[in-house]
Amino acid sequence: MRQVKDNIFRGLLWFSAFLSVAVLVMIVGFIFYKGIGLISFDFIFGNYSPDGDGGIWPMIVTTIYTIGISLVIATPIGILAALYLQEYAKQGRLVKIIRFATESLTGIPSIIYGLFGAVFFVTTLKFGMSILAASLTLTIIVLPVIIRTTEEALKTVPQAYREGSLALGTTKLQTLYKVILPNAMPGILSGIILSIGRIVGESAAIFLTAGTVAALPESIFSSARTLTVHSYLVTQEAGDIELAAAVGIVLIVIILAINLSATYLSKKLNKADQK
Amino acid sequence: MSTAVMDRSEIEVNQNLAGEVLSQMKQTKEAKASKINVKDLNLFYGEKQALFGVSLDILENEVTALIGPSGCGKSTFLRTLNRMNDLIDGVKITGDIVIDHENIYKTNDVIKLRTKVGMVFQKPNLFPMTIYDNVAYGPRMQGIKNKNELNKIVEESLRGAAIWDEVKDRLKTSALGLSGGQQQRVCIARAIAMKPDVILMDEPTSALDPISTLKVEELIANMKEDYTIVIVTHNMQQAARISDKTAFFLNGEVVEYDDTDNIFSTPKDQRTEDYVTGRFG
Repeated sequence: MRQVKDNIFRGLLWFSAFLSVAVLVMIVGFIFYKGIGLISFDFIFGNYSPDGDGGIWPMIVTTIYTIGISLVIATPIGILAALYLQEYAKQGRLVKIIRFATESLTGIPSIIYGLFGAVFFVTTLKFGMSILAASLTLTIIVLPVIIRTTEEALKTVPQAYREGSLALGTTKLQTLYKVILPNAMPGILSGIILSIGRIVGESAAIFLTAGTVAALPESIFSSARTLTVHSYLVTQEAGDIELAAAVGIVLIVIILAINLSATYLSKKLNKADQK
Repeated sequence: MSTAVMDRSEIEVNQNLAGEVLSQMKQTKEAKASKINVKDLNLFYGEKQALFGVSLDILENEVTALIGPSGCGKSTFLRTLNRMNDLIDGVKITGDIVIDHENIYKTNDVIKLRTKVGMVFQKPNLFPMTIYDNVAYGPRMQGIKNKNELNKIVEESLRGAAIWDEVKDRLKTSALGLSGGQQQRVCIARAIAMKPDVILMDEPTSALDPISTLKVEELIANMKEDYTIVIVTHNMQQAARISDKTAFFLNGEVVEYDDTDNIFSTPKDQRTEDYVTGRFG
């Protein structure tokens, strides 16, 4: 009887694992099946035209812009904030409040951030509907993600490393730079990858802050359209599932490329350390 | 007449005194100089007091063992000597610790203190780097960049820790690939690389197998020629084997501090006797 229970449980575990992989394969399969026919050089690198034959190059550029700007701002601030909370701050009430705040921020629906961005960055700071306003809004969205994951990564660095380093007469900054950060790097990188996912996946907040102009952005003050927003619009307005799926393929490839290069980078960094 | 007698007795007294002074001087010449002088040390973790009026005189080029049951404050005490307790929030210390005529809690140069007072921890805590980089870590952080100089320091330190022959062909491989005992000796080499005067050891063999333990003990016995060593140990045989002086800690106080031979053969305090004969702890 106990043997049977064990087998049932084992089956359940296997089924759950199988199901999650199957869903992923199905979705990717569906997207590729629907969209692969539209993928061509002109589709990816061509300029957009409203009649449906145009390419999506403007959206790709806009997407890369928003990822780049948001990360350039959010990563250093997020890592420094996490370092402060985890390594420098006296663990007390203030730190608890800051932690609670960052945790709450991760749970807020992105449309709220979008509304804030539309009021603050677009109107009050007069950035207008622009890549900059959208990127700053996205910065606020991913900041708590980066802080949380970096904190978790720092927690995994054994206290013995810190003590070992400090006992050798190093300063706190040296210990941080030479021992703590290199060992927390894989975790920090996975936080950044997670953030890229959030940025790319975001539509509502970008819709409200960058607008939907489907042209190659002239500068970061231009209104523009990201891939995700484009995908949403062509489904919503034109009912063109194939086109939306093709955009989806491009998105998946971009995310995959970023993730793989981040992993490669992290491995390479670690190797350099081992030498 | 009577004055003459008095004079003679006075002379005798003076002669005796002179003799005593002479013999005392001889003794102090033979005895080693004091390296660390601890006076009335109290330590608090927040409200809770962990050390009560600890006073010890630790002598140069000797191995001083700190023994006592778990939670008696011996590790806490050890960590006051290189101010590692500073890392813990809410630790407060009163009293004086003087190392080489410098009160280490009155100076702000913790960095300098820790280069002079090295430490080896309970579990080997090498960094995930190569053996070479681990040993060179401290000197590099001090700003030594010259390759030849670093090579020399690394070799000397590894030799000093009696591990050179075992690792000389794999210096550029990860230190975490070594056995526990080897790792601990590389930890000792890493501490030696800073050329400290004092080396603190916090139960350095508690995570090691008996053979590795023996090697580390031999090493410690040899190292006292060059360093003053303070070692916390749970293992009383170890204290008896390698230390010159032993301090018995109980509930945050030093119950007895004496030559190791005396502590283990003729302890003055009943509690010491109970502990070293294994009646508790």
